[in-house]
Amino acid sequence: MSLFNRHATLERHSLLLTVGILVVVAIGGLVEIAPLFYLENTIEKVQGMRPYTPLELKGRNIYIREGCYVCHSQMVRPLRDEVERYGHYSLAAESMYDHPFQWGSKRTGPDLARVGGKFSDSWQLDHLMDPRSVVPDSIMPPYAFLAKKTLKFEGIEDDLKTQRLIGVPYTDDMIANAKSDLIAQASPNADYDAEDALVARYEAASGRKGTLRISDYDQNPAEITEMDALIAYLQMTGTLVDFSTYEAGDLNNRR
Amino acid sequence: MTANPITSRRASFSFSIASVCLLVGIVALGALFIAANAADPMMGAHAWIFFFLTTTGLLFTGFWAGTLKDRNPFEPAFYEDTIVKFGVAAAMFWGIAGFLVGLIIALQLTFPGVFYFPELGWTNFGRLRPLHTSAVIFAFGGNVLIATSFYVVQRTCRTRLAGGMWPWFVFWGFNLFIVIAGTGYLLGVTQSKEYAEPEWYADLWLTIVWVAYLIVFLGTLWKRKEPHIYVANWFYLSFIVTIAMLHIVNNLAVPVNLTGSKSYQLFAGVQDALTQWWYGHNAVGFFLTTGFLAIMYYFIPKRVNRPVYSYRLSIVHFWSLIFIYIWAGPHHLHYTALPQWAQTLGMVFSIMLWMPSWGGMINGVMTLSGAWDKLRTDPVVRMMIVALAFYGMSTFEGPLMSVRAVNSLSHYTEWGIAHVHSGSMGWVGFISFGALYCLTPWLWKRKALYSKALVEWHFWIATIGILFYIVAMYVAGITEGFMWRAYNEFGFLEYAFIETVKAKHIMYMIRALGGALYLTGALLMAYNLVRTALGHGEARDDEATPASLPVQSPTLQPAE
Repeated sequence: MSLFNRHATLERHSLLLTVGILVVVAIGGLVEIAPLFYLENTIEKVQGMRPYTPLELKGRNIYIREGCYVCHSQMVRPLRDEVERYGHYSLAAESMYDHPFQWGSKRTGPDLARVGGKFSDSWQLDHLMDPRSVVPDSIMPPYAFLAKKTLKFEGIEDDLKTQRLIGVPYTDDMIANAKSDLIAQASPNADYDAEDALVARYEAASGRKGTLRISDYDQNPAEITEMDALIAYLQMTGTLVDFSTYEAGDLNNRR
Repeated sequence: MTANPITSRRASFSFSIASVCLLVGIVALGALFIAANAADPMMGAHAWIFFFLTTTGLLFTGFWAGTLKDRNPFEPAFYEDTIVKFGVAAAMFWGIAGFLVGLIIALQLTFPGVFYFPELGWTNFGRLRPLHTSAVIFAFGGNVLIATSFYVVQRTCRTRLAGGMWPWFVFWGFNLFIVIAGTGYLLGVTQSKEYAEPEWYADLWLTIVWVAYLIVFLGTLWKRKEPHIYVANWFYLSFIVTIAMLHIVNNLAVPVNLTGSKSYQLFAGVQDALTQWWYGHNAVGFFLTTGFLAIMYYFIPKRVNRPVYSYRLSIVHFWSLIFIYIWAGPHHLHYTALPQWAQTLGMVFSIMLWMPSWGGMINGVMTLSGAWDKLRTDPVVRMMIVALAFYGMSTFEGPLMSVRAVNSLSHYTEWGIAHVHSGSMGWVGFISFGALYCLTPWLWKRKALYSKALVEWHFWIATIGILFYIVAMYVAGITEGFMWRAYNEFGFLEYAFIETVKAKHIMYMIRALGGALYLTGALLMAYNLVRTALGHGEARDDEATPASLPVQSPTLQPAE
């Protein structure tokens, strides 16, 4: 068979073999991944998405650091039971500012794509301090140490600048006020002007009201801890998109 | 030719030592600079680790080079086998460490009240689980692949490894990456991309090491004394080349600060997700499959002393396997926000992948034609053939799970855990154990393993351990999958999520038992290999033969 004889050429030339391998393994990825960057219908047009506030971004980084994604997905599939258990199925638009994505691959614990607002701050705090105090059969690790760790945010402007560099629409205003925004979101009734400015900045980016919460998430007004940041992040997941204006059946949203 | 032959020979081997030392020296200086200016304590710790380990390497190399005088340590008439010995030892060490961490995290999920410590965040499941996966895949699997590829490429090319000192750079550089990755997870340094968790600086270091690995491998092929490149080397080459491509693209990230550990991924959301699973699935495809198929293509024929069953089958399944594997990534994202055209493509190619995968299994198993008795008499052969059986099983199961309807049940559940462990403990683990059992007597020049009975014990304990593990996880996965979607007679969801967690408790206990058995088998193996290397028991040399054994490294052997 001539084809098999020709294969001998590859077996005798290591560079040809190397190039051959590289070409063959490059094709699949190019065909599948590259179009996602230019096909316009990859990401739905929705109302309400905004960049994370500095406190939420810090909380998200703690979520990543602690490896929450190994047990919790953030991707509600369009299946009847999931939509009833967790809420509206997840849209691509909802993770458009997520560097990196946190869709997960395993549900040792429940999905967290829409956990925001489902429980009170104090439930989240108790649960993170000692999961079995509120859910006796839980197998989740305790995260009490987060409440003792002061949140470090000296370089928060650099985080926002890096995010802007890779496409997240942070404004100059957001970057310049990152520190005061972070403090304001975790310190209710401390500096009303700072709170108003924070709300105005991020609600303008979101295009709708009610997408930003200010709270002393860890119930410790003395300092801003990592617990504050993590709960602030958890309490906003899946709450940004305005589903009252989202038409699931619209041709532009069918993918 | 007027040049003094000794000086010119010396110059040639000095060059590779000097170039390695130059590169490592630059890295050491860079690490010192970052250590002095670290933006966060994690980066500081890692820069110091880098600095101390690279300077230790430099000092050691300096003293060693000083003792060489005119002796060429990379004498081309001999194979470079010391590095393979180091690789065998490293693989065994990391294997046991990885299995142990796996057992610990299995126990954490089973008895959370006992194995969690509220004030010790670094012992939590979220940080130990990447430690487990990276230890078994990259530390154990990676060292097995480096050791066996260096052994196989020399034998099948009938030449010494190319690059003088550079193969040593590859070995120690890779293990330095492992140390940085592992300590990083405990310190909380992670990109959160599964199987690509290490941060940007560790990724850059691995890229340098990997390019050196590719050049050493290709360089050895270039000076081969055989006209044809043996099939095992096609598989090794595809593993090295493709992992380089996947690693670079999936780790594209922008560091917040050049002296800080944190970076943000270049891609976001849906694009990032598909890039990750293009990487993740092909880490399985090219690290855990083609690399270990290369091991199969050398060690099974050698061990049973039979030729590979079909040359044509090896050509067909090699090219179809590497072409189709790359497309299969989207099956990790069924029913997600990934556009459906990509999901469908991923599913179709995953189903097509079944046949090329089985081509490898058939070629391996049928190589025993005419030597089937070895299955009964040689537990090492049995281990490698059972590895192929697990390979066949999980590469049938994979296409099944990639069907969207099946995936809607299996995804996010313990079924996935069962699937990867039948592939990793059964296929990757057993083919690696087989290769290490072959290599140890060959490298240390022993006529047999210390104890064949211990290999039998290892085989049966580990096999039973795998069965306990995967059966428990299949039952747990299908149970929770059905419980999540169960409705009661009023049309409401039947179970709260926590009830599905509680339902898995007994299965978690059986899983931990299975993991403990697997670890026990590996400990028996380590003991057996150490005693073999020392020449005890059945590995002891007969009185009559020692004089006939070569004192130095073995000379070049005829090609296979």
